[in-house]
Order: sequence, then structure tokens, then C-alpha cells
Amino acid sequence: MVAPPVSRPTAPVSRPEAASRPGPLVTATVAILVAATLIPLGYVAWAAVSIGWTRAYHLVVRPRVGELLFNTAALVVLTVPLCVVIGVGVAWLVERTDLPGRAFWRPLFVAPLAVPAFVNSYAWVGVIPSMHGLSAGVLVSTLSYFPFMYLPVAATLRRLDPAVEESARALGSDSAGVLFRVVLPQLRLAILGGALLIGVHLLAEFGAFAMLRFDTFTVAIFQQFQVTFDGAAGSMLAGVLVLLCLVVLVAEALARGRVRFARVGAGAPRAITPIRLGRNTIPAQAGLLALAVLALGVPVFTILRWLWIGGTEVWVLNDIGTALGQTIGLATAAAVLTTVLAFPVAWVAVRYSGVLARMVEGANYVTSSLPGIVTALALVTVTIHAARPLYQSVALIVLAYVLLFMPQALVNVRAGLAQVPPSLEEASRSLGSSPTTTFLRVTLRLTAPAAAAGASLVFVAVATELTATLVLAPTGTRTLSMRFWSFSSELDYAAAAPYALVLVVLAIPVTLVLFRQSTKVAAL
Amino acid sequence: MRRRWSRIAGRLVAGRLVIVVSVLAVVLGATACSSPGNDELLIYNAQHESLTKEWIDAFTKETGIKVTYRQGGDPELGNQLIVEGDASPADVFLTENSPAMAAVERAGLFADPDAETINQVPSQYRPASGKWTGVAARTTVFVYNKAKLQPGQLPKSLLDLPQPAWKGRWGAPPTNADFQAIVAALLQMKGEAATAQWLAGMKANAVGYSDNIATLKAVNAGEVDGGVIYHYYWFRDQAKTKEMSGNTALYYFRNQDPGAFVSLSGGGVLKSSKKPQQGQQFLRFITGKAGQEVLEKGDSFEYPVASGVPANPALVPLTELQAPVVDPSTLDAQKVSDLMTKAGLL
Repeated sequence: MVAPPVSRPTAPVSRPEAASRPGPLVTATVAILVAATLIPLGYVAWAAVSIGWTRAYHLVVRPRVGELLFNTAALVVLTVPLCVVIGVGVAWLVERTDLPGRAFWRPLFVAPLAVPAFVNSYAWVGVIPSMHGLSAGVLVSTLSYFPFMYLPVAATLRRLDPAVEESARALGSDSAGVLFRVVLPQLRLAILGGALLIGVHLLAEFGAFAMLRFDTFTVAIFQQFQVTFDGAAGSMLAGVLVLLCLVVLVAEALARGRVRFARVGAGAPRAITPIRLGRNTIPAQAGLLALAVLALGVPVFTILRWLWIGGTEVWVLNDIGTALGQTIGLATAAAVLTTVLAFPVAWVAVRYSGVLARMVEGANYVTSSLPGIVTALALVTVTIHAARPLYQSVALIVLAYVLLFMPQALVNVRAGLAQVPPSLEEASRSLGSSPTTTFLRVTLRLTAPAAAAGASLVFVAVATELTATLVLAPTGTRTLSMRFWSFSSELDYAAAAPYALVLVVLAIPVTLVLFRQSTKVAAL
Repeated sequence: MRRRWSRIAGRLVAGRLVIVVSVLAVVLGATACSSPGNDELLIYNAQHESLTKEWIDAFTKETGIKVTYRQGGDPELGNQLIVEGDASPADVFLTENSPAMAAVERAGLFADPDAETINQVPSQYRPASGKWTGVAARTTVFVYNKAKLQPGQLPKSLLDLPQPAWKGRWGAPPTNADFQAIVAALLQMKGEAATAQWLAGMKANAVGYSDNIATLKAVNAGEVDGGVIYHYYWFRDQAKTKEMSGNTALYYFRNQDPGAFVSLSGGGVLKSSKKPQQGQQFLRFITGKAGQEVLEKGDSFEYPVASGVPANPALVPLTELQAPVVDPSTLDAQKVSDLMTKAGLL
């Protein structure tokens, strides 16, 4: 699953208090969306109540839950700091030093995002069949997710005003002092944003850990689903997982604190004098090379190796074509719908203050961190009991994708909308255009690039989604990731290889978009 | 250049085109994921996808009847059928093991198979109730690492494994439906108290893996000396790269031991099916000569059970395995998962 680097919503250009309330259509759309995002939370609460206190207590307080809690917590506690060290280290090397080949390394360390974590596990298991458990989980997830840290940190480093560092130096600080007292504090928000994103992915990932025989909460919930369909034990585990997500969210919010490193005035954009590495150049290059081999070399090598072993026999073009068609169909539908729906939400968030706007932000914040398995279980349970026509339908799985990946479209559309000066719209209105025409000809046009970026992110996220897809796929739908999963669980690594390859190739263009976005010095 | 593109994109988006495009995309998306047409037979398939696909392709070729399937695990699809009840869209249910069939049978959801189907399958490969039929079989084996264990050091019975001498030396997949079927047989043969005791011993002694493949890999890598799995995972890997089984050999418990349990993969037509005739036809086909030969000649390495078709010559014949006699309809998945949860294995 590829997600954008967390970039916080930018402050709107202005909040025109005159138009303090959005129209009824926008309000209704947003209200329905907010209500829909609350389905997963509602499901967990309903399950806990309907199971009854005693039974729920016995399902939660038992040794197995303790094991899962330990595994999941250890995974987060070990992986996130590792990603911080690697992500910040790499970003610093390629942005702030005179390391030769920086232009080559810079995009390369975004590329791991094109390899879904479960494909990465498959690759590692192909190289070292016995690898499993916590250490394997930490290794593979660090290699899969460190770009979430690298991207925002590198982007921030590029935007920092060198004048601050020069002042520190002029005041007598040495290089280390500048790094720890001036640079790192300014990176804090980027690091926290990256850490939150990584934490959320760690809690939600199923395929990568299942393949490494490492039981986290999400893996166990999926196993429960397979044993009981919509059983009580699974719902209770989901409840604990939701609580864990809230813990991660609160931890991030607390760490974020209220301190800001803002600056008055625009500063002068100019090149930063790179730090000379001198004799440290060779170890630095070796480190980057090792990281590239581990994060990219291993998956590329394994996929190619299995393709080589499988030969032409594994290219069952009929099946691959069908899977590709279905994947593109679902991903396109979800991307378009999500982006279209992101507009009213972003509109409210950017242009209005008040209860609705705050609710939108809050709901989005929470649901963006809920694992796909919880949303999927909630939708299955709700539709099978209360909305049969939607059960096993294409509409339902697209709805799940909208709920799961709305944040990815929203972050972009919101940033785009925030940069549209309301005065342009007012000018258009005063020249006699209707609100609709104004929206289509002024607002939409200015927001289009951001919306396109958001849509492409959703597209890739859907194309590489595994957990919710396995639970919700309509009968007859076999997407690329489902087929990949089916083959690799059947030991047939060679037959899985073409699907892995197609998944990676699908994700490459969007990874490029992400990299482009981060290199633009945004006028935020 | 970039600016021109963004201007073009902007213009494109600005028009009403956006609405047309999005509607088109949604419609395209919806049709690409074609939901099963009304004329297609729908199988809830918990068997291995590749095996069922071979069956379906051969069946469609012979009869012209189109078939779609919904893929899942035994208990998942079994429980799903029970929750869906009479409104289920499924026509046929295929499993890897018997407990899920027994659960659906107990919910009263199966229609009787055709007499012709029943006649093709010897009675030891069907439940006494006659509500469904075996379509394939697999046997429990003890896979062991040849460097760690000599033939003389192997356990005599599945019941030996909870003994302290085996602590930390064997593995099994407790969360897996395959293994739960073996426990269901143990429960049926030895009763609740003995099974609970065995499971407690397993919790203390065994290393838990997620499935048969993971267990096989762990034995191959020497993480544990041996493991309790089904036979065909080993044979499949042997026929391919041997990457996960090269250091291992199989041991059959025999002697009607619980560890010699042969699990029946089941097939049944649902009472609620709107196409009972085609459903029966499919069941007849897979238990017929052509269907069973897919098991003999294909790469599934599961045992044929009907129409006199012999097993793949690489396998030890089913009749030489001295399996215990267990009526598959009596296997109780619910009781097993309760006992395993109590033992802390789930």
C-alpha cells in the first residue's frame, strides 16, 4: 500500500466568515461521508455490547491476546525508530552533503514504495526460507516503510533556510551541534508525520507478516475471520486493535506538542552549502549501496529469479489479463469516486470553520488509521445482516476503498484547494458566472493537478490492497493481489511472480509522482 | 512543456467532461469486475484454487455450463453459508476437510446428492448420513528432518508427541483448518478429556506455525525435528524445486492411529440452490472418471476416492495407510475450536 507522506493540511488562504455555512448539498454529502467513516468504530462498539461483558472479557483477557500484544508492540517499538534513523540519515546524506551521486540516490530511495510489503516478504522468504518471527517482521517492514520517513524529511531539509544554521555556526556551534540543536528540531514535525504513517501501516499490514509467520493483531484477526467468518473472538481482537491505533494517534499528537518552528518573512531561497564528507564518503556510499541492495535488490532479484525458473509457463496471459482488468477497473472506480467525494470534504475543511469542519477533520484523522481488516469486517457484518443487496457487491468493495483511502485523496485535494485564492472565485461571481460555472472554470481548474495526484495515489493503494480485498471481493473477482496471495500461499512462488511483477510495474509511475511532488519546493 | 500539459489538463477537467469521465470510469470499473451472471453455477470453493480451476475448466468444456467460484477457507466459507442461510447465492460447496461440511450439514443446508454420484463413491469415502460426498482425500503424516531424526527415533503414535521427550522438537499449524480436522478426528476417537490433555501437551511442547507449508519449511530448515502435516504439500514441493522439503522425509503412523487419519475433502449441493440440476451435474462430474483423473494426473497430489481411479503413482496407495475409521459427519469443528481456545492455542 502506498500512501503519501503525511503533509499536514495547510492553513487556508483565508476563511471568509461571510459565507459561514456551506450549501445543503455539500453539507449532506459531507455528513453522509462522516457517518460512513464511523461504521467501523460503530461495529466494534456494537460487537462488544452484543457479545456481553463477561464473554468479551474472557475473549480479550487471555494468553493469546498477550502474545499478540507483545508482538505488535515490539514490532512498532523496534521498527519506527529504525525507520527514523535510516530515513533521516539517508535524507541528510543526499540533501546536505557533497556525496557524489546524490541525484542518482535521491529518487532511488523512494522506489521501495513501489514494492508492496507483502511482495517484499515473498522476496525475502524466497532468499532465506527459514526467516520468520519478530526479527524478520522488523527487517522487512523497515525496508518497506523507511521511505515514508525519508520522503517528508528530505523535502523539509530542502526547504530549511540555511540562514538559521549559519547563525548557529557563527555563534560558535560545531557541525554536531548544528545538527542536533538546529536541524533536527526543525525536522520534528516531518519525523512525527512519517512515524505516524509507519505506525499505522505496521498495525494494518496482514500479508507481509502472515508470510513471515509473525502473528500481529491484524494477522490474528484475519485468522479468526477464516475460522469463524464473523465470530466474536475476531471482533474482540479488532476492538483491541482499534484501541492500539488510538494509542498511536494520541502518542503522535502528544509528541507533536505545541512548539512550532516558524519563521517570519520568506527568507531568501538559495543553495545550501553542502557539508563535506571527506573520508566518510566511502562508508556513506557503502551504507547507501547496502540499503539499496536490501530494499530494492532483493525484491527485484527474487521476482526475476522466480520468473526465470517459471519460464513461459507461468505467463497464463488469460488469467493475468483478467486480474489486471479487474484490478484496474476497481482501482479506477475507487480513485475517481474517492477524489470526487474528497472535494466537498476538502471544501468544508478549507473554507469554513465550525462544527462540521471540525468533525470532518476528526473523523478523517481516526479512520485513516484504522486497519483495512476492521473496516472490511464491519462492512461484511453490516451488509449481511442489514443490507443484503450490497453484500458481496462491487459497490461495497468500492465503498470500502473510499473509506480506507479517502485521506490520500483528501490531503492532496485540500492542499490544492487551499491554494486557490477565494478572490478569484469572487471575481468570477461578480462577473456574472453562476456558482457551478465558477467552481468548474476557476476552482476545479486550479485544483486539477493536486486532484490528479490524489487520484493516482488512491489508484495504487487500491491496486495493491490485499486484506480488505480478500474479505470483500465480489464472487468472481480475482485481483492481482488476490491471485498473487493465492499462489504464494499454495507454495507456487514461480506462478506468483508475474503478478508480483505487474503489481510493482503498476506502482512505479505513482512512486515517480510522489517523488516529483516532494521535490517541488512547495509555496506553503 | 509541463505548463502546457497542465493547461490542457486543466481545460479538460474544467468542462463537463469530468462528469462524463467519472461516470464512464465507474461503469467501466463495475463491468470489468463482472459479477457472476445468473446463468453461471456458483461454487463456494475452499479447496485449493488451482485444483478447482482444473475441475471447472474440464467441466465447462464437457457440458458448456459456465462456473464461477468464491475462494475461501473451509471454516470461513462454511460459517458464511450458515450465516447466509437460505438466501445464500451458492450452489455447490467444496472443502479441503470434512468438519466444515459437517457443520453445514448440521445446519440442514445440503440437498441429497444424486444416486449416480453416490454410486461412484465407495461408502468409506462418504458420510453415513449421505448428505454430501467425499471428492478427494489427504492423509496425516509426520514429516521429519533427516539430519535430526533417524527412522528408529520416530514417534510410534501421534499420542506420543505431548511427552516431555518431544518438548520443542515438533511443529504443527494450530490455527489451520487442516490441523483442526486432525484434532477433530482425535476428539472423535479418544473423547474430550484425552483431547484436552493432548492439546495441553501440544501447547507446552509444539512450535506453532501458520499452516502446513510453514511447518514443512521449518522442519526442512531444522528449526524443529518434525511436524504434523498433510502429505500432499511435501509431494508437491518434491515435484517442483524441493526448496522446502529437500532435507525431509515422510513417516506414516499407520495402525489406525489418530495420526494416520485420512481427511475427506467434501462436495455438496445446497438446498437453496436455484440450479440444483447443474450443481448435481458438477458433483457427478468431479467424482466421475474425468474429475478423479485430474487428481491422479494433475499436480495436486491429493488422493482420488471415486470411480476406481488410482492415486498418483508417487503416493503410497490409500488402502495401505491403515487409517482409522471415522464417520466424517461426526467431526465437530466448533468443539475443536473451543478446546483449542481453552488450551491457549487459538
